[in-house]
Amino acid sequence: MSVKQISVFIENKKGELAAATRYLANHNINLRALSIADTQDFGILRIICDDPKATETVLREGGYISTVTDVLAAEIEDKPGSMAAILEVLAEAHVIVEYTYAFLAPDGHAYMIFRVDDNAVASAALAGAGIKTANQEDLF
Amino acid sequence: MAKYYQPEFECMALEDMRALQSEKLVKQVKRVYENVKYYRDLMDAKGVTPDDIKSIDDIHKLPFLTKADLRDAYPYGLLGTDLKNCVRIQSTSGTTGRRVVAFYTQADVDMWEDCCARAVTAVGGTNEDVCQVAYGYGLFTGGPGLNGGSHKVGCLTLPMSSGNTERQIQFMRDLHATILCCTPSYAAYIGETLKEMGLTPDDIDLKAGIFGAEPWTEEMRRDIEKSLGIKAYDIYGLTETSGPGVSFECEEQTGMHINEDHFYAEIIDPETGEVLPEGSKGELVFTSLDKEGFPLLRYRTRDICVLSRKKCSCGRTLIKMSKPMGRSDDMLIIRGVNVFPSQIETVLIKEGYSPNYLIEVDRVKNNDTLDVSVELSPEQFSDTVKDLAIKEKALADAIKTMLGINPKVHLVAPKTITRSEGKAVRVIDKRKLHD
Ligand SMILES: [Zn+2]
Repeated sequence: MSVKQISVFIENKKGELAAATRYLANHNINLRALSIADTQDFGILRIICDDPKATETVLREGGYISTVTDVLAAEIEDKPGSMAAILEVLAEAHVIVEYTYAFLAPDGHAYMIFRVDDNAVASAALAGAGIKTANQEDLF
Repeated sequence: MAKYYQPEFECMALEDMRALQSEKLVKQVKRVYENVKYYRDLMDAKGVTPDDIKSIDDIHKLPFLTKADLRDAYPYGLLGTDLKNCVRIQSTSGTTGRRVVAFYTQADVDMWEDCCARAVTAVGGTNEDVCQVAYGYGLFTGGPGLNGGSHKVGCLTLPMSSGNTERQIQFMRDLHATILCCTPSYAAYIGETLKEMGLTPDDIDLKAGIFGAEPWTEEMRRDIEKSLGIKAYDIYGLTETSGPGVSFECEEQTGMHINEDHFYAEIIDPETGEVLPEGSKGELVFTSLDKEGFPLLRYRTRDICVLSRKKCSCGRTLIKMSKPMGRSDDMLIIRGVNVFPSQIETVLIKEGYSPNYLIEVDRVKNNDTLDVSVELSPEQFSDTVKDLAIKEKALADAIKTMLGINPKVHLVAPKTITRSEGKAVRVIDKRKLHD
């Protein structure tokens, strides 16, 4: 099971990030999760929302460039060591983790987003270890 | 279909052309000596009189004119006739220093438009064609020049001027435009917009384009040809001599035929001023053989190029000039290395980037820095920082290989670098601010 994440190119200029998030809000895009990776020149805004297709269209119309990536959303227990446990499972399966970030779903569960090099292998490994992964609907 | 607009000149035998040029030059030098005090003083200082100019072979005896002379003589110092005989002015964009104001009599305008008509005919234009002129109109020579040339050929002329790209495309489709005239960067932009509107070259009737007024590369030509489904032709000119149409490309697309019955071309060594033999690379110098309003003799264009009399398959005998390889005005000296923006453009296109870029040169702690900003396309975007960093590094390496200088590359969002509707500003040299 995987989740669609949208990444948006943001220039590293004052107000660019604010403008992008304001733009999405004005178009009634409901953001569930958001993270930003940045360098000196640019940032990549990563978002999870309920309607990725509509969001892509809205972004394109606004002159943004974006891309959709399938990522894994793993449910994480609120206790010490649960993050380490997931990473160990993935490492054992030889899965490379490009980046990860956390968020809270409306049902009160905490999730970690994992961008990995092989979703199928990672999903199977997590399932084998009894770690639940969510699909898009589970998060809204 | 007429292949030439004025075959009697375009296909003239070389010795007849020399005779015509000689006759015109002798007359022109006399007229300039009488009417233009500024140039008379230069001739006197060099000890040359009109009697010394007996044929075109004597042209090397005449003094040069430079951009600095144009500045000094602004606005009327180089006027070749009474103002009451002039009917028009055109002016440069003034990107470098004071603007140039050129004067035209009606005969000058006619001659200029004839030159543009030759260019329109050379790309296959006839009175069956619809010619969309998307160069700026006004003081800039692009719009008025091609507009006049298109009229003379009898094309249905759409005087669109530049900008409002979606409307351009709508007119192009509704009125079945077959020839497009504009700057190459604007042509590329029209191509991008066409794609964004969900259209393909099959949705338009364009067959040819005449693009000039700024430097562009062969790669850019292929890009434009593909995105608009046309053959793209180069045209050259400068306000100082008239405007576009001083030279133009034919179907062979291997250089531009100079309208040498009106504009005599020489290649000189930019350092010594010595005239170089045909085939040498050097600075292009033009003499207006019959202009009345603004008759510049031996004007140094600053454009570096090569002339060739090699037989052309189109049948024209007019001498050909290569695309300018650089402009001494544009040449940047960065860490002691000569850099032309066109070199960076070539790398960008080869690496799959948009030809819209901005070069910034600065000096930090006595070291020159080179920053190149280039637009990222949707296809090139990735969700990981690593991938984009690899792209920046690869582009920086490719530029380093070309120039021998390490640049800093910045990927920026699409359409954030200004498109040109007149001449593009692609270079910002901040070092000048410190001097
Ligand atoms: Zn030819």
